[in-house]
Amino acid sequence: MRSAYIQESVIISPLGFDTAQNFKQLQAGNSALRKTTLSASLGETVVAQLDEEALNNHFQALGVESFGSRMEKMSLAALMPIIQQRPITANSLLILSTTKGNIQALADQDIQGSFIPAMAKRIADYFAFQQEPLVISNACVSGLMALSVAKRFIQMEQVSDVYIIAVDELTPFVLSGFQSFQALSPENCRPYDQDRQGVNLGEAAVACYVSSVKEADSIRIAGDANINDANHISGPSRTGEGLYLSIQKALQEANLKAEDIDYVLAHGTATRYNDDMEAIAFHRAGLANCPTTSLKGYYGHTLGAAGLLEAVITAECLRRQFVLASLGYAHPGTTEPMHIQQETLAKEIKTALKTASGFAGTNTALILTTD
Amino acid sequence: MAELKELLKEQIIDVLNLEDITVADIQDNDPLFGEGLGLDSIDALELIVLLDKEYGIKLADPKQGKEIFSSIQTLAQFVEQNRTK
Amino acid sequence: MYYISQYIQLQAGTVLFNGNPFFQSEHSEFKGFAKELYQKLELQYPKFYKMDNLCKLAFLASEIILQGNQESDVALLFSNQEASLGSDLQHQAHIQDPEQYYPSPAVFVYTLPNISIGEVSIRHQFKSESMFLLADAYPSTYLLPYTQYLLASGKAKKVLCGWFRMQDDNYEACCYLVEKEGPIAHETQTIE
Repeated sequence: MRSAYIQESVIISPLGFDTAQNFKQLQAGNSALRKTTLSASLGETVVAQLDEEALNNHFQALGVESFGSRMEKMSLAALMPIIQQRPITANSLLILSTTKGNIQALADQDIQGSFIPAMAKRIADYFAFQQEPLVISNACVSGLMALSVAKRFIQMEQVSDVYIIAVDELTPFVLSGFQSFQALSPENCRPYDQDRQGVNLGEAAVACYVSSVKEADSIRIAGDANINDANHISGPSRTGEGLYLSIQKALQEANLKAEDIDYVLAHGTATRYNDDMEAIAFHRAGLANCPTTSLKGYYGHTLGAAGLLEAVITAECLRRQFVLASLGYAHPGTTEPMHIQQETLAKEIKTALKTASGFAGTNTALILTTD
Repeated sequence: MAELKELLKEQIIDVLNLEDITVADIQDNDPLFGEGLGLDSIDALELIVLLDKEYGIKLADPKQGKEIFSSIQTLAQFVEQNRTK
Repeated sequence: MYYISQYIQLQAGTVLFNGNPFFQSEHSEFKGFAKELYQKLELQYPKFYKMDNLCKLAFLASEIILQGNQESDVALLFSNQEASLGSDLQHQAHIQDPEQYYPSPAVFVYTLPNISIGEVSIRHQFKSESMFLLADAYPSTYLLPYTQYLLASGKAKKVLCGWFRMQDDNYEACCYLVEKEGPIAHETQTIE
């Protein structure tokens, strides 16, 4: 069976408009989280928001300023630099990952405008993809699941290569919901810390190219699984079952053991129950001593973009031989002990595990390697 | 107080979509969570919204909810003492 | 080669199971239809009443098609066009007016289409592969090979594929179960 490799990526986030800029900011320990008041009803929240002026300038520089909604422009801006280097073929697949798409359209009674397949089609047509776009909306694992699905379609030889866009924006729609769940942290989030108070939300658009050809900087997707907890639609599983099984199955496919994993980039939303659930699952999987980082302290939770954002950062860590500090962590505070990475430093790493978990009990685990 | 308890039962059945349950099925001292009505974490959050919307009570700390929502009796007492509308 | 062992269609108050009439409701609108079908199936599952319409539709269709299923490694591949539009509109209504701003957690939790996968997984205790796809029409071009892949690679023993339309009061569920044996070949013509 063919292998699937992660090649170039572009990250449009409050920390920069390409992957290199973003990685530099992470290495410098800079967080995009700020106190902001998006609406009077929401009050003050801590979020990672794109700077509108910088974003619009970037759209203009790319010539996409008059195309569709803000989110569609973000999507084009993310994918365009990749397509310029990697022209699409008749057999190229576009995967779009988003939890809510243009949900803001509903505030203006524009129901049609909120339909995600139509948005995907507009983006696909802009780049002249000949295949129908494949749209994944699977809560907070969507972006990582998109990579898993890309790998599988390449393995089945159904497509020549895959371009993925993972995108979500900060909206009163989603913020108000998380607020009603009392899940938002009033300060910068602190994944896995004993004093963590909840999640911060963020926004980003990420694009990534996946193909079957091994190149100098390629990172191989060695194993993957997407297993449901079958436990509760919003509460994380008390046993971490779905995440544990996802990790086991991904390891099995990669023909690896827990001790072969050098680095874990986990989900780490900084809600009490999510982080405890992960601690239990990693403990069960024999990964309690493996250096583990959550990137939510840098970007907040970018929902449908998060999985891909964090996976392409994992790929960068593997390319540059670097591990990143889990921002916001000071004191252990999960039900099972974990090894949280507290410093950013150069380190020899060959194999990394990337995980994500989300509403509906959904989990994804992906194993990435340099070989 | 008796009237308030009846009203709270109706409101709980309504907002939590407890279709198979009637006001007569809920005893004042029955536990609402766990064994009793079998309510879960989302229901608890929904009851917090109910307190805000109908009675003008803002519950900032969800942990507070545990005692308040232990039965209709405790809930009605809390509402009577703290309501602003 | 894989086969469709069971299939079901729910629409306008009518349920066809493996092509045969299974249930006819007095109500064609969804609320009445769903409640009547729930009662006819003699289920004791109070969580059903808390679900939004999309989840109720997926739940009921799965309930019928999985009668007699003993396998727990059943992957769920669900899809539709409008995602969780019904719950999205409800949540938007709760936050639209700053004077009447009461976002409801019980509504918000359903503003993701894949919650339907969660509900069916919980009901049948499926700790299995799953995915929710959005498309203008049933994405058979992708779901056919993806289903074969899951079965051939051993990532699932059976796959339940479904299309769940829930727009206004227009509802439609088309579901089929794919496995090693069955009366119908699993190929493009049969799933369309």
